[in-house]
Amino acid sequence: MLRSLLTRLTQGHRTIGYPRQAPPALSDRYQGRPYADTSRCPNGCQACVQACPVNALHTNNGQLEVDLGACLFCTDCQTACPEKILEFTPEFRMASRDRKGLVVPLAEKGAITPEAFSREIRRLLGRSLKIRVVSAGGCGACEADVNVLSTIGWDWGRFGIQVVASPRHADVLLLTGPVTNNMELAVQKTYAAMAEPKLVVAVGSCAIAGGPFAGHQSVRGGAEQVLKVDLYIPGCPPHPLSILEGLLQSLNKIKH
Amino acid sequence: MNPWQDFTNAESLSQEHVPLLRPDDFFASVDKLLTSTRAVAYFARPLGDSQELTAVFADDAANRLLTARTLVTETQIPQLSDRHPQLHRYERELAEYGLLSAPNLPRLRRPPLVGDSEEFHPVPGEDVHEVAVGPVHAGVIEPGHFRFQCRGETVYRLEIALGYQHRGLEAAWEGGPNARTRHYAETLAGDTTIAHTSAYARVLEALSGTRVPLRAEALRALGLELERLANHVGDLGALASDTGYLPTASFCGRIRGDFLNLTALVCGNRFGRGWVIPGGVAFDLDKPRAAELLKRLDVLTKETTDAVNLLWSTSSVLARMEHIGTLTREQALTLGLVGPAARACGLVRDVRFDQPVGMYRFQQIPVSTYDTGDVFSRTYVRWLEIQKSLTFVHDLVKNLPSGALSAPVGALKPNHLAVALEEAWRGEAAHAAWTSSDGKLARYKVIDPSFHNWTALEWALKGQEISDFPLCNKSFNLSYCGHDL
Repeated sequence: MLRSLLTRLTQGHRTIGYPRQAPPALSDRYQGRPYADTSRCPNGCQACVQACPVNALHTNNGQLEVDLGACLFCTDCQTACPEKILEFTPEFRMASRDRKGLVVPLAEKGAITPEAFSREIRRLLGRSLKIRVVSAGGCGACEADVNVLSTIGWDWGRFGIQVVASPRHADVLLLTGPVTNNMELAVQKTYAAMAEPKLVVAVGSCAIAGGPFAGHQSVRGGAEQVLKVDLYIPGCPPHPLSILEGLLQSLNKIKH
Repeated sequence: MNPWQDFTNAESLSQEHVPLLRPDDFFASVDKLLTSTRAVAYFARPLGDSQELTAVFADDAANRLLTARTLVTETQIPQLSDRHPQLHRYERELAEYGLLSAPNLPRLRRPPLVGDSEEFHPVPGEDVHEVAVGPVHAGVIEPGHFRFQCRGETVYRLEIALGYQHRGLEAAWEGGPNARTRHYAETLAGDTTIAHTSAYARVLEALSGTRVPLRAEALRALGLELERLANHVGDLGALASDTGYLPTASFCGRIRGDFLNLTALVCGNRFGRGWVIPGGVAFDLDKPRAAELLKRLDVLTKETTDAVNLLWSTSSVLARMEHIGTLTREQALTLGLVGPAARACGLVRDVRFDQPVGMYRFQQIPVSTYDTGDVFSRTYVRWLEIQKSLTFVHDLVKNLPSGALSAPVGALKPNHLAVALEEAWRGEAAHAAWTSSDGKLARYKVIDPSFHNWTALEWALKGQEISDFPLCNKSFNLSYCGHDL
């Protein structure tokens, strides 16, 4: 007993101060929102577009755009760039209420902040948001970084956010994975078992656009093929900070 | 004389060097060899009108692999899993591909269940009742269905139905390598990224005759051990949580994240994405970064030791773990268990020791075993391994060899077989590939350590109370996506 108390003392208080304080330092090699000064692109160069394993890059009216929902943040485009002007910035704040909001010019930087949920939703759920997580394919990394948010380092219970075991208790269906054919029924049943009002949050490139498995016959290719999605949080997997930031912004809980 | 070809881990063989045996001889020698070796891979691919069945077995005592193949034209092959249960899942997989038809072999990756009990094997008797769990579980975990046959609280039989995570990965590899194939290796089991990507890279390197620079090998080993550390520490926390001991659960949950952040320090991603590439590694560990890593590692070593040692001095934790979910050494051998689950039954079985590749050929790591085979044993082996990995990483980073980070990977040799094994944190991750006549990947086979070990969980539950299931499950902590592919 004494020993566990002593260890408790030496382990200390470890919950991050974010969002009141600055976020914890990320690795200087962390791959956040991609950026390139596309005015320096050589004429007709498509090296990054061709290198992308999931076709997340494309040209729209002569402007390079990246679909952050499909992006694996894998740096294959960065490696392929002959001018070395493509970089992955430390920007972790990426989330959107609609799918189109994740398709952004490569030449723009900064946070992508989701619109807040409606006043009614925030009134009902703003101080107590119960989440049912369903893993529907994918690799388990998104699940791991969602799980992390319940640990003492992140403690999203501070904001009234909690993972619950039953869909009957849940306000949010948080989906990870590309929704495999074999999980489609379970996803639909889980959603049907939830009481109104209910929200769907797609976490990770698989749940948003199929991720590396996009186009495979065994997967549906994302949450929106099965359900209407209310919030998209990109990443492969999204950093726990991205998930927390996306949810808190949607609940209007971050004052800048 | 044994006609099988012997070779080593991460070596390739041309088709003519993989002996083609008559089916009768092939199955007879499989039956004979499995008394002294274990199955690493046993898979088929279509070849003309027939199916070619390739077997790769490990002779761990001799540090060698053995292989042979046969051509099967009928739809029926002898079912050897009756005599060698370690082939059970391989044969079910073959049945799924339509090669081996046997009515008593259920498919490995089943479709969703709609409460249909007929697919399972019920236990007869008036007092027996069924408990169905999943595919969606209570926590933040992957999907799978567990069917318990119980009498009172006692579990008579547990059957595990998987396949909900099936993403069609092996088929997607065919025709590669291409821009996506490395990402398949990285995401086939997201908590085992370094091990699987290393195995994938070694397959390509063996098939192309690429020599990986020593510095790259050292950095791969660093990644693999950091992956092991993060997951083992996380598992100890989760096991503490399931025994109701919250101090270690809380501490380890946080410390696991700090180990993930060490991986991110090197490659930017907490799960090691992008770290390993065919030919070597993509990120260097420069001097300041190495110093930072060692500094953080020292702090984490102390914090982990303090947090974990609480477990061994808390009698309520030990009482909950001892004599629960026990497997014998014989059962472990019979099932062909791998990883900490095997070593917790006293088996000295570790790819880093038995079939070493890369850095492990130069810097050895002792095999950690314990012999009680219960939840405690599987927990304790993880702690032993954590300590060995910490020392290994420390020595490795202090004495990093110099040299290049990668070598160019050329074209793949046509009509070759390559096999690569890595000791992932759950155990042996095996990748095997056949190339076509134009040097493309014709068949790509992945065997995640969980493939061997899921059956062990079913066996461990026999005669246990159903309330022991979560703890037993956690003590194996198997991968759903790695199994389902």
